[in-house]
Amino acid sequence: MSTPTPNAHRDHAPLPKGEALPHESAHLHVAGEAVYVDDIPELAGTLYAALGLSQQAHARIRAMDLDAVRAAPGVVAVLTAADIPGTNDCGPVLDDDPILADGLVQYIGQPMFAVIAISVDAARRAARKGVIDYEALPAVLDPQVARARESYVLPPIRRVCGDPQGRMAQAPHRLHGQWSVGGQEQFYLEGQISYCAPKEDGCLHLWCSTQHPTEMQQLIAHSLNKDANQVVVEMRRMGGGFGGKESQSALFACVAALAAHTLQRPVKLRVDRDDDMMITGKRHGFDYDYEVGYDDAGRIQAVRVEMLARAGFSADLSGPVVTRALCHVDNAYYLSDADISALCAKTNTQSNTAFRGFGGPQGAIAIEYILDTIARRLRLDPLDVRKANFYGNGERNQTPYGQTVEDNVIHELVGELEASSDYRARRAALAAWNAASPVIKKGLALTPVKFGISFNVAHFNQAGALVHIYTDGSVLVNHGGAEMGQGLNTKVAQVVAGTLGLALARVRATAADTSKVANTSATAASTGADLNGKAAEAAALTLRGRLADFAARRWGGEADAVSFAAGEVRGEGWRKRFDEVVNLAYHARVQLWSDGFYATPGLAWNRETLTGKPFYYFAYGAAVSEVAVDTLTGEWKLLRADLLHDAGNSINPAIDLGQVEGGFIQGMGWLTTEELWWNEQGRLMTHAPSTYKIPAVADCPARFNTRLFHNPNRADTVLRSKAVGEPPLLLSFSVLFAIRDAIAALAGPGVAPPLTAPATCESILAAIDAVREGVGA
Amino acid sequence: MMGASNTTVPPGTIRFLLDDALVEVTNPASTRTILQYLREDLRRTGTKEGCAEGDCGACTVVLGELVERDGVERVQLRAVNACIQFLPTLDGKAIYTVESLKGRDGSLHPVQQALVDTHGSQCGFCTPGFVMSLFALFKNQDRPSRGCVADALSGNLCRCTGYRPILDAAEKMYDRCGGSDWLRQPATLAAATPDADEAALIARLAGLRRSDTLSVTSAAGRFHAPLTLAAFAALRERLPEAHILAGGTDVGLWVTKQQRELPELLYIGNVAELKTITTSDSHFEIGAAVTLTDAFAALDRSYPELSELWRRFASVPVRNAGTLAGNIANGSPIGDSMPVLICLGATVVLRKGEATRELALEDLYLGHQKNALQPGEFVERVRVPRSRPGWVVRSYKIAKRFDQDISAVCAAFALRLQGEVVAEARIAYGGMAATPKRAAAAEAALTGRRWNEDTARAAMAALGDDYTPLSDMRASAAYRMRTARNVLYRLWLETRPNDPLSAAELNVNALA
Repeated sequence: MSTPTPNAHRDHAPLPKGEALPHESAHLHVAGEAVYVDDIPELAGTLYAALGLSQQAHARIRAMDLDAVRAAPGVVAVLTAADIPGTNDCGPVLDDDPILADGLVQYIGQPMFAVIAISVDAARRAARKGVIDYEALPAVLDPQVARARESYVLPPIRRVCGDPQGRMAQAPHRLHGQWSVGGQEQFYLEGQISYCAPKEDGCLHLWCSTQHPTEMQQLIAHSLNKDANQVVVEMRRMGGGFGGKESQSALFACVAALAAHTLQRPVKLRVDRDDDMMITGKRHGFDYDYEVGYDDAGRIQAVRVEMLARAGFSADLSGPVVTRALCHVDNAYYLSDADISALCAKTNTQSNTAFRGFGGPQGAIAIEYILDTIARRLRLDPLDVRKANFYGNGERNQTPYGQTVEDNVIHELVGELEASSDYRARRAALAAWNAASPVIKKGLALTPVKFGISFNVAHFNQAGALVHIYTDGSVLVNHGGAEMGQGLNTKVAQVVAGTLGLALARVRATAADTSKVANTSATAASTGADLNGKAAEAAALTLRGRLADFAARRWGGEADAVSFAAGEVRGEGWRKRFDEVVNLAYHARVQLWSDGFYATPGLAWNRETLTGKPFYYFAYGAAVSEVAVDTLTGEWKLLRADLLHDAGNSINPAIDLGQVEGGFIQGMGWLTTEELWWNEQGRLMTHAPSTYKIPAVADCPARFNTRLFHNPNRADTVLRSKAVGEPPLLLSFSVLFAIRDAIAALAGPGVAPPLTAPATCESILAAIDAVREGVGA
Repeated sequence: MMGASNTTVPPGTIRFLLDDALVEVTNPASTRTILQYLREDLRRTGTKEGCAEGDCGACTVVLGELVERDGVERVQLRAVNACIQFLPTLDGKAIYTVESLKGRDGSLHPVQQALVDTHGSQCGFCTPGFVMSLFALFKNQDRPSRGCVADALSGNLCRCTGYRPILDAAEKMYDRCGGSDWLRQPATLAAATPDADEAALIARLAGLRRSDTLSVTSAAGRFHAPLTLAAFAALRERLPEAHILAGGTDVGLWVTKQQRELPELLYIGNVAELKTITTSDSHFEIGAAVTLTDAFAALDRSYPELSELWRRFASVPVRNAGTLAGNIANGSPIGDSMPVLICLGATVVLRKGEATRELALEDLYLGHQKNALQPGEFVERVRVPRSRPGWVVRSYKIAKRFDQDISAVCAAFALRLQGEVVAEARIAYGGMAATPKRAAAAEAALTGRRWNEDTARAAMAALGDDYTPLSDMRASAAYRMRTARNVLYRLWLETRPNDPLSAAELNVNALA
């Protein structure tokens, strides 16, 4: 595969236009007929599991008295770490994630034992009856304390490019500061769930709400001393994942499998929402220590950023998360001389994990905060300072990690949005409005996004698919990707339908299943459609080739000249219905199913030096947000948002638009209302929707203009589309910086409001109080 | 009455309509939720569990109930959270779930089709709940404003879409309606009189009416649902340890979240006398079984200046189930109705057997989750004075989120202004103390003073003597005190004699 050729498809061969078709399951969603794991008709004899959770943040378990649990009505069995025949671990990278605590608990909420009972209720009631004798150990609840003790779950990483120290010393202006951004609960609407049935000869079949069926299969096999070929994991759809079911579905999968294996009965583990939030990890909260040198135009000369991530008690995916953070501190900006490091603080809290953006948002927002601060210090429009730092085209285009940015469209994209959103005129109008408004202040911000697409670990960038054509001409596609609402199955089916010239209704995408496509990667890093779409396309192309060969032989002409469109196959001088061709091909013993495989070309990553080409391409976007802030209470409202996002040549503009809008609102929640709050004992107190506030309907702005930026991918992706799962989340930065802009209306010249995230009403009022006293960032 | 029809039914049998079919369940577990019944017993799995505490809306179903409206017997269709409603409360009602809506020919309901057309579902897990909230809206209102749509969806969380396409669907659903199926005809319940289908449903529901107390006996406990105030009061006196169940929006969580045993439940929701609101020249008399939705609708006619508070009180499905008296009797320090009712001078009428007494609302609360109710006594009704000339009334709620959030601080003010002098002041806050509590020092700082900035600032300072708030996950003590003071300043700006600021100048939610 060749490297992407710039503009190859911009002016030449017309690309098929993506169709804005409904989600393949939309008609099932609205009717309540879409089947999630808990909706699968239960097998006779099904039992139900519940987990007993640690009530201490850090303690040795002296003894667990589970007699009352066993004696509780309806209880069939109680399982502990001692019952696990294989490895007691469900960690995705390191072996530091016990399935069930063994002698030591490291956070409040850690599962210690599993109760299996005849009903969900009976299991949950019994799980409360465990009597645990703890020997309390000192708990570290604050990442800064962990940093002071150099207590990390993984070794720190650091990338230095250029001469940051030297350039910093020479810079006309310097700025040193600290900042922080909170974590975020995924809050998938469907909680974690696994349902496992024993099969013959020691085999297991697991239905699991997971983004990573293969990893579930492997971890179950390891924990039960089975071969991978004894475990089948099936996943039709998730009620949302957002990263929270990439690695952290494993604990529930392993417990359900352990119980099914031990009792030889079907066992379902569906955790209550509160337990789910107490047990599972979230987006990493980050603390930053930064130093930047810049010139009078706000152009960065040198920058040092140290990022301290709250990893929680174990490594989980923290390593790759902070690596992605490190690779996104540049966002859309050229940082010639940079010193970027990341630390994974070990705390006695939930083990933080993947969440849409996977560290990318936490990396990119650091530089946005720095640039915004520079602009306010210099009394410049933050947009101008941002623009002054954009990556160039052909120059100023080397990332700190050594990859050259070859597909930069940020200038055009931001220019288009600046005009369409009327940014300059509104900026002027806002100043006048604020001058006349004593209590409410408005703010405006435009922020850009550049997001790297591919797993940072090169070998994950592969995918397989199977396409079956049945003799009636209907088509089934199976691939390794997991549908979590993002429309992956719709896009893959569209690609197959397009390749075979069929209506989408003739193509059915089916559940991910480890017995069909093996060794799949997680559906994550926005790569679902890029990888699986390409694999499915390859399979469909193979089949199209076979049918074309057959048809050309049978009806004449060159195989190359046979075309597939509108349910028909056409050659030189003939046309046939697709199903007719298929049926005849079957009788001629043509293989009507095929596999397809794809590996992203040209990727390289050196984990030691933190350099290489980790990303196949970049996706771009920008957003303008306008907010109003109540300076008496810190209450605020998003009045208008204008989003412009690069989805390449979109396979399905309706689905992509949904990803852009949804990602924006979800990111807004992260940066504003969604606050994780642990008490002094280390107990997470925001563990349900009553206390943890994701955006609700009134938070959707009255004026919400979202468009896709037309920009066929220069890299050879499926239909020249671009990944769109994660990048739009970063569009929400504009909301946070618009709030900061509104607060700045109260600040003296050159004072940058010290607003932390999440910008709760309380955080906003604190920043207001600070700038009123002349204290800035 | 239809008492005769009960004779063939075993005692302890609840009866309700599901998809036009009569369903009978004899002695179900008293605390089994409607959601558990639908999903586990009927394997009707379209309705989802997202949180089991009434906060996400994935379990939303629509209940049909007979009510009297403008002197006419009508069906009322309202969205509620199935996850915290106990099954026995379904007795005598009709229930609609997401599976109820498709046509016999398999075609989607207009609400469902609109959501497909606007790409309103992504993962689809919240979608059945949105469908049902929109269905209730569709039957009750014709082409509501976007604001009304948002209110109707205030109890439904979606993590995928960002809501815009769902709001669009609520407009589009009216483009695809009609036909012979009553469920597909919009806004029929807004008409002055019932149509033929509604009349038929009224007749069927009337056929389910009981003539005597329902008593369900199960291993989980007993459930009693008397029909009259006298019967309820007598039972209450006999069973002082029983828990009174009204809307279940709190009691439901005791079961789903705390796995509490509730051996004896006394359901107030079927007591006819307590389901009414009477309006006299001076007062609203709100029966203990009146829902928050109905109570607020009545109060809103007298106090339109409080409309944002009613809108932001929990969510539509919670207000449809929960009762005003329940919120009051519960006595949570962060309940949103009490501060303003205290300011308005509301009283509660308590009953024990035949005896009643009236108590100022603030005197009901003795300490954290402790009240003045005696064993066997219960809140019979709430008496709220109607708006009076010369009084300025305001309430401000501070929370992280506009929709369905628990207040960090909920402030309420009632001032009687004589010229530029504050003749009388009543101030109460929620979230500032162990109970909803009046601010005696701040009131004193205002009373008899000219209503000017100095007076306002003196009252703000006095709040420091009135309250010592706590820090928790909703807000720090310092923020609570700061905003408690600042909303008093907001009150001053909004009501000052000269150059008062408009709501749009003071409230981000009032901005266009």
